Amino acid sequence: MIWFVGLGGSLGAATRFLLGTMLNKYQDQIPIGTWMVNVTGSFLLGGLARLYLTNQVDDWVWFFWGVGFCGAYTTFSTFGYETIDLIQSNQLKAAIIYVTSSVIVSVIVAAIGLSVFR
Amino acid sequence: MKINLLFVMIGGFFGAISRYVLGEWIQTDTVFPLGTLLVNLLGCFAMGWFLTFVGRRRIIRPELTVMIGTGFIGSFTTFSTFSMETIHLFQSDFILLGILYVLITIIVGLLLAYFGRKVALANRKEGDSL
Repeated sequence: MIWFVGLGGSLGAATRFLLGTMLNKYQDQIPIGTWMVNVTGSFLLGGLARLYLTNQVDDWVWFFWGVGFCGAYTTFSTFGYETIDLIQSNQLKAAIIYVTSSVIVSVIVAAIGLSVFR
Repeated sequence: MKINLLFVMIGGFFGAISRYVLGEWIQTDTVFPLGTLLVNLLGCFAMGWFLTFVGRRRIIRPELTVMIGTGFIGSFTTFSTFSMETIHLFQSDFILLGILYVLITIIVGLLLAYFGRKVALANRKEGDSL
């Protein structure tokens, strides 16, 4: 299973890198790339968790797409680094909006993902 | 760009595996997601330290910077599992524990990212002159 996690992880990291490079062109204050990646990944993982917990997909699907892909596609360390960057460049308001909207929206879409794939 | 992508993938491969192995290893009997918390906190410190260190010194090739930063540390930490675990705690009626999980992850994570940056800057002052 560890191979599925690793391969899914490399695909997730690549997708985050490409999407981040594309979206950061439109970045004003809030790091849009990381925000989008974390929100869409949370939704996808919610859906996958539902499918896995109800035995609708095989184990490898969960380890490749769930633990590997979604886990690596989304990121907490970059999120933290970007927030510190915003705070240190005196953009406290943007930092607060970035943190609260990332957390609230991600948790809500994860819940939606869990219920949509029922 | 293409070579960077390849290096990001190599970092992502090992980052995801490290997260998985550490998570399995830390697994506890409690409902509290300790594994993800530790992974995210550790990653925040590492990212704060690494990007600041590299940004100041410029001694590491850009491919290696994206391999370790975006690839390895980025994939080692995870936001989606954090969201899932939070909603799971809420839906299992562990409301207070869910709120605690979010607050600890965010507050300590940000402090550690900041601390990592401070450490990288301090090392520079003490270290060999550029």
